[in-house]
Amino acid sequence: MMRYLAGRLLRALLTIFLVVTFAFFVLRLSGDPALLIMSVDAPPESIEAFRKSWGLDQPIWMQYLAYIGHALTGDLGNSMRDGRPAIQLVLERVPATLAITVPAFFLKIAIGVPAGIYAALHRNSFADRLTMLLSVAGFTMPSFVLALLLVLVFSVQLGWLPSSGSEGMANAILPIVTLGAAGAAILARFTRSAMLEVLGQPYIRAASAKGLSWRRVVTEHALPNAAIPTTTIIGFMVGTLIAGAVVVESVFAWPGIGRLLVVSVANRDLAVVQTILLFVAATMVSANIIVDFVYGWIDPRMRTAPR
Amino acid sequence: MGVPLIDIRGLTVDFDAGQRVVRALHGVDLAIHGGEAVGLVGESGSGKSVTWLAALGLLGNRARIGGEVLFEGRNLVGAPASDLEAVRGARIAMIFQDPSSSLNPVYRIGQQLAEALQLHRGMSGAAALAEAARLLDRVGIADATRRLRDYPHELSGGMNQRVMIAMALSGQPRILVADEPTTALDATIQAQILELLQEIRRDSAMALVLISHDLGVVAENTDRVCVMYAGRIVEDAPIATIFEAPAHPYTSGLLAALPDLEGPRRRLLAIPGVVPEPWNLPLGCSFAPRCPEFERACEAAVPPAIELVHGHRAACIHARSGSA
Repeated sequence: MMRYLAGRLLRALLTIFLVVTFAFFVLRLSGDPALLIMSVDAPPESIEAFRKSWGLDQPIWMQYLAYIGHALTGDLGNSMRDGRPAIQLVLERVPATLAITVPAFFLKIAIGVPAGIYAALHRNSFADRLTMLLSVAGFTMPSFVLALLLVLVFSVQLGWLPSSGSEGMANAILPIVTLGAAGAAILARFTRSAMLEVLGQPYIRAASAKGLSWRRVVTEHALPNAAIPTTTIIGFMVGTLIAGAVVVESVFAWPGIGRLLVVSVANRDLAVVQTILLFVAATMVSANIIVDFVYGWIDPRMRTAPR
Repeated sequence: MGVPLIDIRGLTVDFDAGQRVVRALHGVDLAIHGGEAVGLVGESGSGKSVTWLAALGLLGNRARIGGEVLFEGRNLVGAPASDLEAVRGARIAMIFQDPSSSLNPVYRIGQQLAEALQLHRGMSGAAALAEAARLLDRVGIADATRRLRDYPHELSGGMNQRVMIAMALSGQPRILVADEPTTALDATIQAQILELLQEIRRDSAMALVLISHDLGVVAENTDRVCVMYAGRIVEDAPIATIFEAPAHPYTSGLLAALPDLEGPRRRLLAIPGVVPEPWNLPLGCSFAPRCPEFERACEAAVPPAIELVHGHRAACIHARSGSA
């Protein structure tokens, strides 16, 4: 078990390392931050001085080694725009992002899972078809389209909710609903197919043949098995808590990490972008590890398999 | 022989397959008496399993069931769910072809047995586990108390089938329907499981219905056999009669495909052709296109089952002259 754990952790670290490395090179090869941050008519010597002060005049592999060296000591560099440590800038934005992604996460589960179960149990009924229609609409529609539709209805027409900003709870509602709707649609479809798969298994018929009521067959025999694949997709959604709201935050001018990422990429604020990507990779990887453990907990076949 | 334990009369099953309705069972008549061992033989799709799944209401809402299943003074066809639940497991138990996937993978053996005991005998906690261990011991599982903590994937197919049998016994049923109980198992395990079923039947006076595609297996383990073809029982007779004087050409065909243990070696004969699809049955007798004794009259109408002698029925127009 310990060896498995160590291997898993090592792979997680390797994944994060690769993401960071890739981000480093892509960012540096895709544009010069000095030209973007300094004004257009800045004299060449001050641009040169800017490059020198951020180490951009060094060969790229030197820059890379310096970056990794600093990162290992916990120093992720400073923002080129306001000079503060990048990590501080990013951490400031975490609460705002979580304030919309966490409620959206629970909204997805609260709507998606029951809808999927209901649709599976009433396969081919009107309710099933309606659920699947809404589900397809929900996950094919780009989130900015849904966001604009919601703004049109609830802000412009009805005037119930603000269309953007971050002054209070009311501002969070439309971003949460936008994020939640798409996730619920995916989860409903996934839960339905997991449930249908399980309902077709021989042990379901055997449980009925045993004399259990259909209600008990569903709740005690089908649901725990359907939970196994559904956990994967929910785990993946945990991984998107930090970075899953880029578009929605931009549309609603919500001051979270997603918006910081968009602004920082546009400005070539290298340290900030890299720090955000490091965070994103770390949450994704942690979510995967959590899923692995939950798997072992709910599926006894996983627990004993490596024995 | 008195009143049968279960009397299936004119049982029909239609599956609603979207555009069309497909008839899988064309009026099955089958009566089973207490303690009797009856085999149901036929190729896949002949309706052996469907007969019993329909009788117990286990086919789901896409199946329409007609006819009567008289059991303990009730007609199970169209009976309310609660009545059927009271019969399933408790009065008529069923075990299935693939034991390893008939047990729920996320529960321990002990939990699954205890669930059945709670359902049928109102037992719970330590008493249920003690009884579960006793049942496992009864079906020949060594170290039963320890095995209660195992999951189905930790046991072999044969062990899982023993667990399924133990679970079936937990309700002390009057009838055990074993649907191809050994098809998924190794030959040596197969013999052990069949032996176990025999032993239990001897001890408990429970009726046994053995569904199999293997006439040899049925012959060794039952007193009487019903041969099914394309959703009908084409012949119903005591085992000895089936071997000595088969009345239906399909039965003769099955016998010719069976190897002899005694006597000279011979080529096994396969029945030519394939079972017709249920939505594309030939006119008249369903076996006519494959039948060596085919004549024009076979296509005129579905031959009714005729009682040749007491306890021997066959549905073939040649049956009367052929063997009675």
